[in-house]
Amino acid sequence: MHPFKILTAVAAPLPMMNVDTDMIIPKQFLRTIKRTGLGKYLFSEMRYEASGAEKPDFVLNKPAYRRAEILIADENFGCGSSREHAPWALNDFGIRCVIAPSFADIFHGNSFKNGMCPVKLPREQVLQLMARATDYPDQPITVDLEAQEVRAGNLVFPFTIDPFRRHCLLNGLDDIGLTLQHEGDITAFETKRKNERPWL
Amino acid sequence: MTLSPQTLYEKIWSSHVVKKHEDGTCVLYIDRHLVHEVTSPQAFEGLRMAGRRVRQPAATLAVVDHNVPTSDRSQPIREDESRIQVETLEANVKEFGIEYFGMRDKRQGIVHVIGPEQGFTLPGMTIVCGDSHTSTHGAFGALAFGIGTSEVEHVLATQTLLLKPAKTMRITVEGPLPTGVTAKDMILAIIGTIGTAGGTGYVIEYAGEAVRALSMEGRMTMCNMSIEGGARAGLIAPDDTTFRYIKGRPMAPKGDDFEKAVAYWRTLPTDAGASFDREIVLKAADIAPQVTWGTSPQDVVPITGTVPNPADEADAGKRAAIERALDYMGLKAGTKMTDVSIDKVFIGSCTNARIEDLREVAKVVGKRKVASGVYAMVVPGSGLVKAQAEEEGIAAVLKDAGFDWREPGCSMCLGMNEDRLNPGERCASTSNRNFEGRQGYKGRTHLLSPAMAAAAAITGKLTDVREIA
Ligand code: SF4
Repeated sequence: MHPFKILTAVAAPLPMMNVDTDMIIPKQFLRTIKRTGLGKYLFSEMRYEASGAEKPDFVLNKPAYRRAEILIADENFGCGSSREHAPWALNDFGIRCVIAPSFADIFHGNSFKNGMCPVKLPREQVLQLMARATDYPDQPITVDLEAQEVRAGNLVFPFTIDPFRRHCLLNGLDDIGLTLQHEGDITAFETKRKNERPWL
Repeated sequence: MTLSPQTLYEKIWSSHVVKKHEDGTCVLYIDRHLVHEVTSPQAFEGLRMAGRRVRQPAATLAVVDHNVPTSDRSQPIREDESRIQVETLEANVKEFGIEYFGMRDKRQGIVHVIGPEQGFTLPGMTIVCGDSHTSTHGAFGALAFGIGTSEVEHVLATQTLLLKPAKTMRITVEGPLPTGVTAKDMILAIIGTIGTAGGTGYVIEYAGEAVRALSMEGRMTMCNMSIEGGARAGLIAPDDTTFRYIKGRPMAPKGDDFEKAVAYWRTLPTDAGASFDREIVLKAADIAPQVTWGTSPQDVVPITGTVPNPADEADAGKRAAIERALDYMGLKAGTKMTDVSIDKVFIGSCTNARIEDLREVAKVVGKRKVASGVYAMVVPGSGLVKAQAEEEGIAAVLKDAGFDWREPGCSMCLGMNEDRLNPGERCASTSNRNFEGRQGYKGRTHLLSPAMAAAAAITGKLTDVREIA
């Protein structure tokens, strides 16, 4: 996994609440057996006409935001289905960080597993960043995971992130490898469980 | 030392902690893992690439449900990508030695229907699946939640997950449910109250007289939609209703083991005096049959209500969301819900495709017919539900009425197979999500109970089932 330390990039504003994972990546694209290649289908129904032509009004189709690596959205981002295809699609498009006032739990967890950093800020700060990203698309925003700060011009907003998640992101660590270091504990638990709950 | 009173959630959690890290993250043991074709291929691929095996194949059960056709199954799946996904799962279960219900197996069905049906789901367990509606299994007093594909791989490899405890919420529904009001109405009303993000970060325990009185099917309907209220898991304390349901199921404990298990399960319910981070109390008498008007499960009103007016909303973000939803749904503010005509009816999904749901539909339909111009489909939750409904004469009632009686699977709940709404079509659906495009590109979904869906099928409009029953 790629480490995530400091990201300075174009931020695309998506002023919507309850952006669900069906919107991020509609079901017809879940029939893949790979993790990659989903970027072109990201937000498919909002991004393209039925004919396949781009909708010029959608933020990621506007020239200023085509290379966005940060997405700024409103409350409850990533709700709905557990599909990890949602962070895969964002990642494949190039978005490494979503900033929002709140996230749905499963999407939030899935992001970390893919080296992406979801940043939660108070709503009024998110709206300020959203306004800035709208008015000055060419001025990048910095998400600094080491300092736990979002910086945009003279705006500086601190954020907090679970220390374990942060450690894994900063070092690009894989959870499975970490857990398998406790294999002895898992085996001991299994033995104990067999005695206490033999029907399992 | 006396133990301080604990909630059901805390009891399950603490009995599954393998190791606790300093910052509070726990290695949590997972008792059961359900696997389906859509969210697993990349996980198995990851195992293969790292040269890892499945730690507990016997704790893992795989099924195909999302992609399978619900029509004729004698032929291979027509859509290439769907077929490849199903074949990939078949190859993976063989390679890793996992029990599997294939498309032509009688036990095949929606992953959250077959787990309980087989007795794979038991109280006090931790259960996961790469699917957000894993919350369904909480109806048994099991801690069950959806996970992403990376976590699927983590569970396959280690039989554990890295997690921090959730906050706890108890929702108590006092008094008995009024006639014509069901578990589905109760959970929709709850989501309308707490909002789709109201449960974020929480595990919800449902309690109170109205909940206790529910059958296991009704309890599964409620826990199923916990995720629509933002909670990863819902729980209902196990009791005699639970134990009766489990007894004799193929994978359930037998004989002496069963008795031992029941004795343990009886220790699980929340202790008197245990505290929750949040408590909500509703009165069952205030709940009417519910129906959604918008594109989020929280966009819900009683069937006697009207489409809301965005002008009444002060917050600009919320107003924009309502406007967008009304535009998408093709509805005008102030319209009576009972004046809304429908094109299709979908009875199915892991929310409402169990035998009791189908009985309820048949009871409302009786000798009546599906309204002309309406296409109504019934997709049983599993092959066994289908067989039972055929045996009980439910299938005959529904077929006579003009319903299309199909093979089990997820079907038009998410429209990954060929069952979809066409653009602009309006559907009365017993499923759980009314998101934009969920049931088909530009399709319009109204969520409601099986009884309400049956009423809509007969009249061709959203209808108060209490008026026609
Ligand atoms: S029936 Fe619908 S909600 Fe349930 S598992 Fe299938 S797709 Fe998901």
